Amino acid sequence: MAENVVVGDDGVDLSRRKFLTTATIATGAVGAVFAAVPFIESWQPSERAKALGAPTVLDLSKLEPGQMTITTWRRSPIYVVRRTPEMLQHLKGHDQLLKDPDSKDDSSQPPYTKNLYRSRVPEYLVLIGTCTHLGCLPKQHFSPADAEIGAYWPGGFFCPCHGSRFDLSGRVFTGSPASINLRIPPYEFSPNPSTLVVGLDETHKGAA
Amino acid sequence: MADLHRPDMRAPGEPLPPGGNPLPRQGLWAWLNKRLPLDEFISDQLTGYYAPKNFNIWYFFGSLALLVLVLQLATGIFLTMFYKVGEATSFDSVEYIMREVDWGWLIRYLHSTGASAFFIVVYLHMFRALLYGSYKRPRELLWVIGMLIYLALMAEAFMGYVLPWGNMSFWGAQVIVNLFGTIPVIGPGLVEWIRGDYGIADATLNRFFALHVAALPLALLLLVVLHLVALRRTGSNNPDGIEIKEKLGPDGKPLDGIPFHPYYTVKDVVGVGIFLMLLAIVVFFVPTLGGLFLEGPNFGPANPMSTPEHIAPVWYFTPYYAILRAVPDQRMGALLMAAAVLLFLFLPWLDRCPVKSMRYRGWMSRTALAVFAVSFVVLGYLGLQPAEGVYVLLARIFAVLYFLFFLAMPFYSKFDRVKPVPDRVVYHAH
Repeated sequence: MAENVVVGDDGVDLSRRKFLTTATIATGAVGAVFAAVPFIESWQPSERAKALGAPTVLDLSKLEPGQMTITTWRRSPIYVVRRTPEMLQHLKGHDQLLKDPDSKDDSSQPPYTKNLYRSRVPEYLVLIGTCTHLGCLPKQHFSPADAEIGAYWPGGFFCPCHGSRFDLSGRVFTGSPASINLRIPPYEFSPNPSTLVVGLDETHKGAA
Repeated sequence: MADLHRPDMRAPGEPLPPGGNPLPRQGLWAWLNKRLPLDEFISDQLTGYYAPKNFNIWYFFGSLALLVLVLQLATGIFLTMFYKVGEATSFDSVEYIMREVDWGWLIRYLHSTGASAFFIVVYLHMFRALLYGSYKRPRELLWVIGMLIYLALMAEAFMGYVLPWGNMSFWGAQVIVNLFGTIPVIGPGLVEWIRGDYGIADATLNRFFALHVAALPLALLLLVVLHLVALRRTGSNNPDGIEIKEKLGPDGKPLDGIPFHPYYTVKDVVGVGIFLMLLAIVVFFVPTLGGLFLEGPNFGPANPMSTPEHIAPVWYFTPYYAILRAVPDQRMGALLMAAAVLLFLFLPWLDRCPVKSMRYRGWMSRTALAVFAVSFVVLGYLGLQPAEGVYVLLARIFAVLYFLFFLAMPFYSKFDRVKPVPDRVVYHAH
């Protein structure tokens, strides 16, 4: 047996050597991929970051009609606006100026955003206050026909960074660099209608 | 003293001294040379490396880029001795460096000015390549490695700007990281992975610090070495775009070449002197350069609840930023921004002109390059302005011109009428 294994140039079984080389490289490559997993996974939000992302509770009883308050949930500013009947009235009649008036484009949004008011209760608008363009904070320009923006303006939010415009339901106007409406976080009113819980709803139970 | 008569080590292949006598003692240089190929290195890389004799002012910027790299490494190492990474400590530790560390302000301003100087030098270095066709065959890989250096430098500069944790650091990070969120399907998960949290947070700052001070500098150094090794293989291009290796003298050396050392080392020393003077003027008199090198909002701490009035990156990113903002669709904007950077990589294959240097190209190539250079500068200006009205319109126009330079290149470079290229470089002795 041993005599058959010739080490000289002529007698080397090249196909066998090639197979072994390929098998070694392939095994090593698979091992390298597995070894990379812990390092890549280490970049995911840590357990502490997840715990700090627990739901936020806000008492709305002191919020007057027409006012906005800001809270935070998962490091995002959450805009809560108590809309007046006039504000709700101004949401109608400018659908042709909007990119997505019926909130159809963003499938990640909760089902209770798929209405004119984009909210569970028309009175309260709850938004993630970061521009869907690149994450700046849109500023409140609630009065209609704002001089800085234009006569068509029904009231809403204006992003100072790149000029995206949104109405008082957070719906984006055409001509804005943002493509989708402002995002709505999961939320519910519990245990009573004036206590807002951001981060909880029918599909989001407890901390993620 | 008995050590002096110990038989010394011999160079490979050197015969044993007759009678096995100890070698005569030689100087330190000889001792070192038997253990390290110092003489070979110097003759290969400097005294025996022949560069074209017709270099002009555009050929200062390669060596200056190397100088700035050293400046950034040296000042950066000292800054890490005083900087404390963390959401709660970063901003204060930079103020501590500026106010309480002896000469800390100088080290910090050298580092922040050095970052801008790096991009000035690199942009001029790249323009030189466009001017004289230095990216063309046989230097395609040299150009591609150079572009990888540029990409690594952009990442390095972006993450470095986040570290002081000023308000522009925070919002700049927010805008740039969110660009990755526009990638279909994987975008949102990718953004969370990059940040390590649900927003730009301590985890983000900490990993950017690690990348800025360790991973990216190592990558930069490796790429710079590769860039120089590739340059040694092809040799430098020159303002005439003529391969000097094709005209060798009887001694086998290029007729139009001169040894890099002492001729170009001495020339580069002059460039270094002038560069350091300009750098000193900025560092000592206008370290923020009116908000261009260090932006006003960054002198206030990061505030996730307050966006600065105008978010603008530092000047070296503004041409791409103007393109991003010119597009009324976020995904398209991000895509075009990436394309604006990456198109440079394909220049060697987009250019169909038989001639390298603009000196011998026709009006089409020359006009295209001039329009491109103007577009780059104008877009850079527009990226600093608010995204409204006429600025957006202008950004759209110049973005189209910017892309036309690349996309129309296969046509205009092919049909352009070129002039005859001389056999030897054009050179006038001074």
